[in-house]
Amino acid sequence: MNKVLMSGNNIIGEAAIRAGCLFYAGYPITPQNELTEYMAEHMRKADGGVFIQSESEIAAINMIAGASATGVRVMTSSSSPGISLKQEGISSMAACELPGIIVNIMRGGPGLGNILPSQGDYFQATRGGGHGDYRTIVYAPGTCQELADLTMDAFDLADKYRTPVMILADGMMGQMMEPVIFKKPKPRQYSEKFMLRGAGTGKSKFIRGLYLDPIDSEEHNWKLARKYDVITKNETLHEEHNIEDAQMVIVAYGTAARIAKGAIKRLRDQGMKVGLFRPITLWPFPELKLRALSAKIKNFLVFEMSTGQMLDDVRLALQGYANIEFHGRPGGAVPTPAELANVIARLCDKND
Amino acid sequence: MAKTVFKRPKSLKENIFHYCPGCGHSIVHRLVAEVIDEMDIRGITIGVPPAGCAVLAYNYFDVDMIEAPHGRGPAMATAIKRSLPDRVVFSYQGDGDLAAIGIAESIHAANRGENITVIFINNACYGMTGGQMAPTTILKQRTTTSPAGRHETLDGYPVNVSEIFSQLKGSTYIERCIVNSPAGVNKTKKAIKKAFKCQVDGLGFSMVEILSLCPTNWKMTTIDSCKWMDEVMIKEFPLGVFKDTIAAAKKTAEAT
Amino acid sequence: MKGHIKINKELCKECHLCIYFCPNGHIIPAKEYNIQGYRPVCITAEKECNGCAICATMCPEIAIEVFRE
Repeated sequence: MNKVLMSGNNIIGEAAIRAGCLFYAGYPITPQNELTEYMAEHMRKADGGVFIQSESEIAAINMIAGASATGVRVMTSSSSPGISLKQEGISSMAACELPGIIVNIMRGGPGLGNILPSQGDYFQATRGGGHGDYRTIVYAPGTCQELADLTMDAFDLADKYRTPVMILADGMMGQMMEPVIFKKPKPRQYSEKFMLRGAGTGKSKFIRGLYLDPIDSEEHNWKLARKYDVITKNETLHEEHNIEDAQMVIVAYGTAARIAKGAIKRLRDQGMKVGLFRPITLWPFPELKLRALSAKIKNFLVFEMSTGQMLDDVRLALQGYANIEFHGRPGGAVPTPAELANVIARLCDKND
Repeated sequence: MAKTVFKRPKSLKENIFHYCPGCGHSIVHRLVAEVIDEMDIRGITIGVPPAGCAVLAYNYFDVDMIEAPHGRGPAMATAIKRSLPDRVVFSYQGDGDLAAIGIAESIHAANRGENITVIFINNACYGMTGGQMAPTTILKQRTTTSPAGRHETLDGYPVNVSEIFSQLKGSTYIERCIVNSPAGVNKTKKAIKKAFKCQVDGLGFSMVEILSLCPTNWKMTTIDSCKWMDEVMIKEFPLGVFKDTIAAAKKTAEAT
Repeated sequence: MKGHIKINKELCKECHLCIYFCPNGHIIPAKEYNIQGYRPVCITAEKECNGCAICATMCPEIAIEVFRE
């Protein structure tokens, strides 16, 4: 297997194509344009592959929903404000149980914000951000290799559970270049009975999220909830780094986790025992694994490139069993490992 | 031996329409189903209902259908057709769906020359939500959100969809029809068939705009509604073919 | 040309398009109510129907079947 040096946005595109994605619709928005352009170049080369530069992010999410209904693997991508536009479509795909991948290369917000990397969309990704009682599986890759692996895994998960899956990365990961190996994709398992391809000589079927009858509607919601319980049980992912003897654990994901690893190296060199708990699925959040750590570790620091969003999930997970601090830089500011190390060192001094 | 000259088309399920008495949807559903029957395309047709009175169209059309968020039918239809080019894909929409919230999706599907068929039901108001002003509401027409009558400076002018779409180079066949009389109904059916045929022959984007009765929200009897359409609606929305480049598209297709 | 129609009274919603458009005025409102709560239409002068199918063409509910000799 060959290592290829590619930038994050392109890696996602290549991984999607190798996973058998045959339909991509997207609208340009910095900092993910390379991904849309990659798909423009390569999607049409795939046999049966369709690329459409849609008129808006809204059109794109609805296009992938339509293509998904016919049974093909689909993907769209955007960045923060564009993902806001897609929320109704994502809710609709969850309601109609349509698989699909939505890539968010996060940028500074709120509003137009800026085009710098940020992690301000955690709430949007994990708490809806569309209407209704549904959940979106959220993968938070931390390296370019994970961009490649998790993009492929996302397609499998989306098919397995017939639900939208989000890849939550940020502007830094989108631009970053690292050597990656594209693994062999798993063979696709998706039943024809879910595909809308014309009734043929049989019964017609319809796909919808509208349930006017309250009993039907409630049962549909519980059915989705049961599915999300199964996903929570089976698909939660996280990484523990330098945890065994840690007296303080940083909780961070994505680019923030990379920065944290750099900070941990500095702190360990100075004799401070700090570790990292890195959620890889943000939904389902690895709360049980995090809570288990609090039996021995009583000091956690949540580190995000935001004013504190995953912080809520950490509080929920730890349930008051440990002390939680927070350090964050919102609005596109990218902290350095040295800065984070200083913050933690000061906290450790305070605690001693 | 008497022979049947008129009965329910096979592509329409046996369910009673939930539409109001005299509603144009009921008539047009039947026409579309008759065309599907006559062209024998039931097994390969996929329809996209709107958000609007016809949101439950899948209870009536006996073809595969998929719900779309409000206004996004043409985007979904685009994707379905591009993924399954040999199926017949139609988007069935009302005023808000096509000309307000969904105007971008509609125009761009036409602009890209997507090989789909759009059935556009123009009843000059928003039916399902109770009769609010639509982009197609006529000046001075009273609706629940233009209680003093539509005013050009406050509310803008009605949108002439067929005229606009015929300007797009990507569109192939655009016609405006009416279902307030037997002649109108028959012409509408011909237009629907022509539009579906345009798609089946792979000749590009087709749309039939159908002026349709809405007695409930117009607060008129069915018969008065028919008259209002002749006296007022047609003056704002003249009937006829606004674009027909089917022959030229056929020539190009045969040449390649 | 002779013809006849069959009206499914339970489908009728009393819109009266058939009454208005029948060229010979052969359709009139009935007096009883149907299951939906509407007073459906019915045909008079059955022997004079020519099966032109205009009533059925206009009927939104597909309540009318038309037959011709």
